[in-house]
Amino acid sequence: MKKPHVIIIGAGFTGAATAHDLALRGLDVTVVERGALVSGTSGRTHGLLHCGGRYCVKDQESAIECIEENLILRKIVPQVIEPNGGLFVALDESDVEYSKGWLEGCEACEIPYKPLTPQQTLEIEPYINPDLKIAYEVPDGTFDPLRIAMAFAATAKSNGAKFKLYTEVTELVIDNSGRVTGLKVWDRVTDERSELYADMVVNATGAWAGMIAEMAGANVPVIPTPGVMVAYDERFVNRAINRLCKPSDGDIVLPQRRMVVVGTTSFEVDDMDYIPVIEDQVELMLDRGSALIPGIRDVKERGVYMATRPLIGSGLTGRSAARTFKCFDHKESDGIDGFVTITGGKATTLRRMAEKTSDIVCQKLDIEMECKTAETPLISYRQYHAL
Amino acid sequence: MSNQVWMVTFRIFRKKGNLKPYFEDFQMEVKPGEYLLEAVERIWAFKDRSLTFAHACHHSTCGACGMRVNGKEKLTCITLIKDVVDDDGTVKVEPLRNFPVVSDLVVDMGNLFLNLESVGHHPVISVVEEPYQDGIAAGKGSEADYIRLSDCIECGMCISACPVATTTSTYLGPAALAGAMQASLNPDNGVLKLVDCADGVWRCHSAYECSEVCPSYVEPGRKIMQLRRKVMAERIKSIFRSNN
Repeated sequence: MKKPHVIIIGAGFTGAATAHDLALRGLDVTVVERGALVSGTSGRTHGLLHCGGRYCVKDQESAIECIEENLILRKIVPQVIEPNGGLFVALDESDVEYSKGWLEGCEACEIPYKPLTPQQTLEIEPYINPDLKIAYEVPDGTFDPLRIAMAFAATAKSNGAKFKLYTEVTELVIDNSGRVTGLKVWDRVTDERSELYADMVVNATGAWAGMIAEMAGANVPVIPTPGVMVAYDERFVNRAINRLCKPSDGDIVLPQRRMVVVGTTSFEVDDMDYIPVIEDQVELMLDRGSALIPGIRDVKERGVYMATRPLIGSGLTGRSAARTFKCFDHKESDGIDGFVTITGGKATTLRRMAEKTSDIVCQKLDIEMECKTAETPLISYRQYHAL
Repeated sequence: MSNQVWMVTFRIFRKKGNLKPYFEDFQMEVKPGEYLLEAVERIWAFKDRSLTFAHACHHSTCGACGMRVNGKEKLTCITLIKDVVDDDGTVKVEPLRNFPVVSDLVVDMGNLFLNLESVGHHPVISVVEEPYQDGIAAGKGSEADYIRLSDCIECGMCISACPVATTTSTYLGPAALAGAMQASLNPDNGVLKLVDCADGVWRCHSAYECSEVCPSYVEPGRKIMQLRRKVMAERIKSIFRSNN
């Protein structure tokens, strides 16, 4: 029997992870991506392997997804993860006040934590602001954004998936019954245009999901919400450092290579193809980041970038909006068959987003195959180029 | 200072399919304190959607956006515009050398990744394996317990800058040889034998161009020289072993 062919639009985290999941279930998979691998939001993620502590007060569904996926990713893709844990640091009385609800949230979401005195904290992370009141150690981690996607994509390729990069979707092909049957693409490597046919098309374009859905006359309530990240030229810490406060601007500092990266902010935009760097926000990152790690003020800025989160519209906006993901079967929402959209979510939950999407795709294609990605170690990310 | 706007001409290498490559000029307003990758991305966003270039993290952890800028290898996400061009000036942007060009500024770096894999370079290591400066990276706790991503970001710039990289397609090249040096910290893995050949440590002409362009403190040139010493020591040791 001929394998069903699924085309995934977008080679960000969700697209790469969904390609892996579907290929592992034995489907024929092609990914089309208008740019390079993870050249949109995913590549520009902060790189925090969340333990869920950031969300455990106001968004416990996301928090539970994070801690569960965090533990899975540590097992299946240790090749790109710094598993050094994280700290939630209280710098003032209002942070200490916030910690009561936060500890309840950790308990409710089963996020393990260990209280540390200021002295114990400075023994393990000597560059943290010595005026801290208390800190809690949690199982955060950090990861390399490009390489985690390469590992998923390499494993997908090893199971037969194809990746067509620099290939932009110009139109969705819709038959007389209103079913999406393929897409028209522009190959920017050769400057040629062609048509691809599929039994199912998955729109995994994150913040751009609304634009692609619109090509089919479908509606996806995604709100592109960028934020700034600033890299500084010294690796002051080995752990992810979070301010123990309500999610706000510049409250996370992460180690990466020989840097630390401070993020982020949150505002809404309509056109997300190019988001200019906003200099006031860069200043804000320096202020907020150096409150956690004073030494940041004494080193050079190394890079600045904007990353656009895909938030699911729910009436709430910005930091109030949930960070959960949603998969839309457009047959149910818009009467359009053969077309599924996955958006929202976070880098840490990429595997779970892929599982949910693949479940829906398989159900629609009448295929009974269980998801195996939680138990399947990924092959070396370097194989991405060899396959 | 921050409100200053410059007019800069970006002379970009273009190539599609089997067509002949050419340079195309794009004039654009930029801020001198912006990073070059921002400008390249704006050319794609607002001037020409057919332009292809690789990029991901935008802060020098992924290594995707290496290009030749005025003939010199630069990681464009951390290269300030004011450091490579002046107001009313022209800056030439080309793909890395010594790799096949896929399209425009995109090259195929498959060989680099395979060579790093073949020498057993570890992408994640204990922080004490690649220590530096005053030990900030190591922290002060139980140092060996901390894991971090290796310095090498696999950007390919050292290979682009290497004057002997293309003398033979089988040369391991600076990134993989530096990777072999890291791998050789783990004894008995056979890597010293692997690199003790003409396509290994002995092809390097000690030009140190690799170290000069490395954006990530790997200093491949110095590592290749260290590796040569280890290879020689290994040869001597094996003579004694065979005499016993």
